[in-house]
Amino acid sequence: MVITRFLFRRILTGLIVLWVVATATFALFFARPVDTVARGLAGRAASPAVIENAVRQLGLNQPILTQYWHFMGKVAVGNLGYSYYNNESVNTIVKQDLPPTASLVAGGLVLWLIVGLSVGILSATRARSLFDRVATVGVLAGISMPTFVLGELLLLVVFLPLNEHGFSWIQDGYAGLSQGIGPWIGHMLLPWITLAMVQAAIYTRLSRSSLLDTLGEDYIRTARAKGLTERRVIYRHGVRAAMTPVVSQLGVDVGALLGGVVVVETVFGLGGLGQTAVQAVDTDNLPVIIGFVILAAAFVVIANIIVDLCYAFLDPRVRIS
Amino acid sequence: MSLVTEFETEAHGAEAASEQSIEGRSQWQLTWRRLRRDKVAMICIVVIVLIALLAILAPVFASLTHHPPDVTFPNTGTTSAGLPVAPGTNGFLLGTDSVGRDLLVRILYGARISLFVGVVTTVIAALAGVTVGMVSGYFGGIVDAVLARFIDAVLAFPYVVLALALAAVIGPSLPVIIAVISFFSWAAISRIVRGQTLSLKEREYVEAARSIGAGPWRIMFIDILPNLLAPVLVLCTLAIPAAIVFEATLSFLGLGIQEPTASWGNILSAAENYYQEAWWFVVFPAVALLITTLAFNLLGDGIRDAMDPRTERIFAAGRKQRRGRGRSSTDTSAAPAPAAPGATASGQVAG
Repeated sequence: MVITRFLFRRILTGLIVLWVVATATFALFFARPVDTVARGLAGRAASPAVIENAVRQLGLNQPILTQYWHFMGKVAVGNLGYSYYNNESVNTIVKQDLPPTASLVAGGLVLWLIVGLSVGILSATRARSLFDRVATVGVLAGISMPTFVLGELLLLVVFLPLNEHGFSWIQDGYAGLSQGIGPWIGHMLLPWITLAMVQAAIYTRLSRSSLLDTLGEDYIRTARAKGLTERRVIYRHGVRAAMTPVVSQLGVDVGALLGGVVVVETVFGLGGLGQTAVQAVDTDNLPVIIGFVILAAAFVVIANIIVDLCYAFLDPRVRIS
Repeated sequence: MSLVTEFETEAHGAEAASEQSIEGRSQWQLTWRRLRRDKVAMICIVVIVLIALLAILAPVFASLTHHPPDVTFPNTGTTSAGLPVAPGTNGFLLGTDSVGRDLLVRILYGARISLFVGVVTTVIAALAGVTVGMVSGYFGGIVDAVLARFIDAVLAFPYVVLALALAAVIGPSLPVIIAVISFFSWAAISRIVRGQTLSLKEREYVEAARSIGAGPWRIMFIDILPNLLAPVLVLCTLAIPAAIVFEATLSFLGLGIQEPTASWGNILSAAENYYQEAWWFVVFPAVALLITTLAFNLLGDGIRDAMDPRTERIFAAGRKQRRGRGRSSTDTSAAPAPAAPGATASGQVAG
């Protein structure tokens, strides 16, 4: 059972990575003067008594190793802790904030794949042509601009004029799927476009270079020698083999983005994991920050394992070992 | 007729080639020759040099216009409504920002900070990334197991959230921002260097070096390192724009370079509320940033193409099939690295 052994090993190393991330995060944020934490919580003008009370409540007066032990014990059973401010469970916050983030990633994914792959394939088959040049510069502009500028320009150029003219389908903020598919798309459209503009560049680059590499392989020459049409050679033999690095990048990206698409969520006020994380940083709400960091790392680790599995199925030359 | 000419040209080319081959060229010379034929890459180099010059000459502009970067001009620099003045008014060539400072001078000073952040973080990330990646790949075994897991852990960190938290905890300042951006950039370089080292250490020349008694550090830094420089250079040209964009993102979230020091990031984030009233406030810094990052990104692509010896061969094979659809004799086929780290980095910045 090669697969089971492979899975077991990957899960084990994944857990080690998660443990390192959790410990490092804990060390970064808890191994600093207790007063900083408590003062941040109790407010700037808090009296020493109030601060001391806060310290005791949070267990911050216990030895650091005891705190670490408690913290890891809770994380191990999937409890990400409780917010300093209203004692709300971080798990509950995650449940509330995951839908906007997941909606953003899911829709954006479809858009960026359509744009990235089609431009990439066209560029590779027409390398150094005018189309290739224009497309390269066009998609590179996506990663050459800060995301918030792209997002705000979209708000300015699309959202404001449309709403001024009484066309109110496109909105900012978030509307869940429970409010109907129309409003959901209306709220998500601009965030999707923004996310896709950034991501499409990476996928164009990746699919273009991967396909160019593949088209230089011997079996492509063989396919041409067999007398297959150029279209068939490129799409059936080339593109299929060229997709493996794209799939691997896709897994990593989806994992990373599910942890929170900070900038896009903040610009459009979607209120997902990313925006909540920024607010938690602003208010020095350590349990929420740490919980989100660990959750996001878990997404990345899981995505990596899935990618490795897919890789083995997609490309028979990759052997699981 | 045309056939004869073609043959003649080819024969002539072959002669020329044999003459030239006597010179003997290093990999770098070959790369440079190929790069020089790439018009886009050459334009990018010129643009980058120009921007660096403008950044160096920023104080000259400040004294020419009598508008120091940090000085506000409440009377001439803002309208009666307290808004920025438009380009060309009262001697402000590109207008002013929200508090009446000269936008042109601030963009030029911002170029210094943004380029500094981009270059310094990239140098730190490259040094750390190459060292860790090479040690991990060369020694293997337990060293590799530990270092590779560490690299994985850094790559699994949710970038933006943690960078924000760090900047908030320690307090945002130039060294902190450089440290944070470097910390999240070296791992991607490390991973690729490790992979390259794994294959390079099996080469015959490494075996030869070992057989004459060279130690591991000598082999790593004398025999393996020069062969890693090409991919690392490409990674660096892609990491610089990613770092510039990263700084801008931190600024947007309030934790980048702090006022009154100008960076493109904090000018853009200050412009956030003036998109409708003062277009120049956002357009000019955005254009400056876009031109710079685009130039680095395109140059990186160009160098990668120029360094890949397979490009011409692949193109030649494709050209016959495509019946001359391509235009020049150099074609692109980018490095097989599954993920360009520059690209990945900025992808995560979006996250």
